[in-house]
Amino acid sequence: MKQNRPIALALRGVSKRFDRLAVDALDLTIYGGEFYALVGPNGAGKTTTLRMVVGLLRPDAGSICIGGIDALADSVAAKQMTAWLSDEPMIYEKLTPYEYLEFVAGLWRIEPPAAEARARELIGWLGLEPHAHERCEGFSKGMRQKVALAGALVHDPKLIILDEPLTGLDAGTARQVKNVLRERVRAGGTVIMTTHILEVAERMADRIGVIAGGRLIAEGTLEDLRRQTGKTATSLEDTFLALVAEQVAAA
Amino acid sequence: MSEAASLTWLARHEFRLGWRDWVSLVTAGGRTRARNAIIGLIAFAAFMHVFAYWTVANYADASLSFDTAALVGITGTLVLSWSLLLSQAMESVTRAFYSRSDLDLILTSPASARKVFAVRMGRIAAAAVVIAVLLAAPFVNVLTMLGGSRWLAAYGVVAAMGAVATAAALALTIGLFRVVGAKRTRLIAQVVAAIIGAAFVIGLQIAAIFSAGSISRFAALQSDWMLTHVPNTASAFWWPARAVLGDFVALAGVVAFGFGILCVSIALFCRRFGEHAVAAAGVSSATVRQPRWSPGFRRRSPSRTLRQKEWTLLLRDAWLISQTLMQILYLLPPALLLWVTFRDGHGSFVVLIPVVVMAAGQLAGGLAWLSISGEDAPELVATAPITAHRVLWAKVEAVIGMIALIFAPIVAVLMLDTVSAGIVCGLGILAAAAAATVIQLCFRVQARRSQFRRRQTSSRLATFAEAFSSIAWAATTALAAGGTWAALGPAAAAFAILGGVWLVSPSRA
Repeated sequence: MKQNRPIALALRGVSKRFDRLAVDALDLTIYGGEFYALVGPNGAGKTTTLRMVVGLLRPDAGSICIGGIDALADSVAAKQMTAWLSDEPMIYEKLTPYEYLEFVAGLWRIEPPAAEARARELIGWLGLEPHAHERCEGFSKGMRQKVALAGALVHDPKLIILDEPLTGLDAGTARQVKNVLRERVRAGGTVIMTTHILEVAERMADRIGVIAGGRLIAEGTLEDLRRQTGKTATSLEDTFLALVAEQVAAA
Repeated sequence: MSEAASLTWLARHEFRLGWRDWVSLVTAGGRTRARNAIIGLIAFAAFMHVFAYWTVANYADASLSFDTAALVGITGTLVLSWSLLLSQAMESVTRAFYSRSDLDLILTSPASARKVFAVRMGRIAAAAVVIAVLLAAPFVNVLTMLGGSRWLAAYGVVAAMGAVATAAALALTIGLFRVVGAKRTRLIAQVVAAIIGAAFVIGLQIAAIFSAGSISRFAALQSDWMLTHVPNTASAFWWPARAVLGDFVALAGVVAFGFGILCVSIALFCRRFGEHAVAAAGVSSATVRQPRWSPGFRRRSPSRTLRQKEWTLLLRDAWLISQTLMQILYLLPPALLLWVTFRDGHGSFVVLIPVVVMAAGQLAGGLAWLSISGEDAPELVATAPITAHRVLWAKVEAVIGMIALIFAPIVAVLMLDTVSAGIVCGLGILAAAAAATVIQLCFRVQARRSQFRRRQTSSRLATFAEAFSSIAWAATTALAAGGTWAALGPAAAAFAILGGVWLVSPSRA
């Protein structure tokens, strides 16, 4: 079925080296309308991979295609259809959520009436209405993350990339964020998310990619991953630990 | 070894923290930076001694026969320096109140909180005294070398000034806590500190302009009016000045008063210090509702969106305005002199041009750092569908636009008198602002706007380049306004500075 879908993101032979090799000739294909979770131990190369996709880092080798556009050759066109949200929400303290969304819409050149309607919708979904015209400086981390998420969605991106978006959020806020992301996937968007919370990956993702040592060591549905380890009826946590242990042993 | 939680034990702990803060501020943690910082400090000390020789060498032989003019001059200089010390001490006290790093640990430990806070206040006082002594050292050393050991008494006066400044800062800040509350004290104290630092200099200059038509702050101090209205030379009012000149009885009085008042303040305020620190730690940012000027989203290009964001963020941040635009306060005396001169038709405004250009360069440097390096959402901007070049250009436009808006009235008044002088001044302002912006571009880093105060320590090279570039453009503009080809000299120096900056800039690597 997925072969009928357009490719939302394709990485071919992508490498990045800092002091050591962080991402090692990584190949990755993610389809439109898919919720993809990227999991892996600390320092596996998850965040580096995603930062290269959104243009925050330039790969040393390889190619990145977003919606059929070569993101390295035409980064502006690729960024037009992409949104990025990190675990540490970066918003402007002195702007209100409403003004922040207006700023983001301006950067993405979204027509004001459409952007405003979308902003109001997101503010409603995320329960930000009472605070829409208050400056963000007094907001809690959860509120900030909601504002940043609204900013990531206000320009209606085809590909949403999130790095640990649920870190430090309370249960209520985390549920709101997950609902908004599910809604986005139902509407045809593609979501790629890194997470250390394996239950979230297990329950939300269509496919899970396990990355270790800068390489994709396993990929597929939870069933696919279980088959790969040869242990059925285990949780994603057990499967994940088994896969990583195999990789460490092989290395 | 001192007993745990005793005053000496706590003092050792506080002073160790203070020393490490200072070292990290100077060296930014790098070994190479530490070596460069030491070389820089030695060079700075040598330069300050040369500067001190140039300014005070003539006074080294001043006798102990105190005349009113000498006492007024010395007292004025002491008050001027003290206002700066008070400003610095207020900053330190405010920072200590709002830094909650170890507050929970202190208050939940069995150690006496009063003792801990008394030691902390002592550390602030010690820092103020050390800074005062270090800044005065070149002048006192030169005077001692040329005029004899009696000038060493000045060290005692300076130390006492540091102690009194801390006592006053503690009283002022705790007074603010009681009057306006913990929520507002931080901002108000920082603004008051900045105004105190500038007000005395500016006040003297304004008095000088009205009394002598000069911008020199010493003209007012030496005016006939001043000399006839001050107390007679036997008054205790002159004790600090007499102590500086080597009167050891006066010195003993000044030192006893200075450190006595500090001890009384610490004893009085150490309990309240803890109470207010707890109140400050519990302060969350107040909710500020923002009125909407327009009912819906506005149609703007990405560049205009970025420019608008920069201006909005600056205008909404009273603390940043106080830190960056405080330099505009220094433009008040030149503007006043311009107005007085213009009214009298003297045409001597040309002397103002370098002051204005220098201020524009310095202000542009601060604004450029905020706009280019102080981006609170760098990843949002970097992942937006606009080129990095376009983003930088929009930020530069925001800086130059702000400078143009601030300095346009001064240029307009100049042009009303002499069109050419106005045009030259305008061009000089633009050149100085553009050069400062280019320097900030070359040394751009990723930082939060709240780290603005640390910008000068993150790259001293950028700070010095910015200052020398502004001086070079100020000289160029003044000479160009005077119609001399000699303007090409400082202009070449200004370009050489930019070239040097480009060669060593980290962003080129």
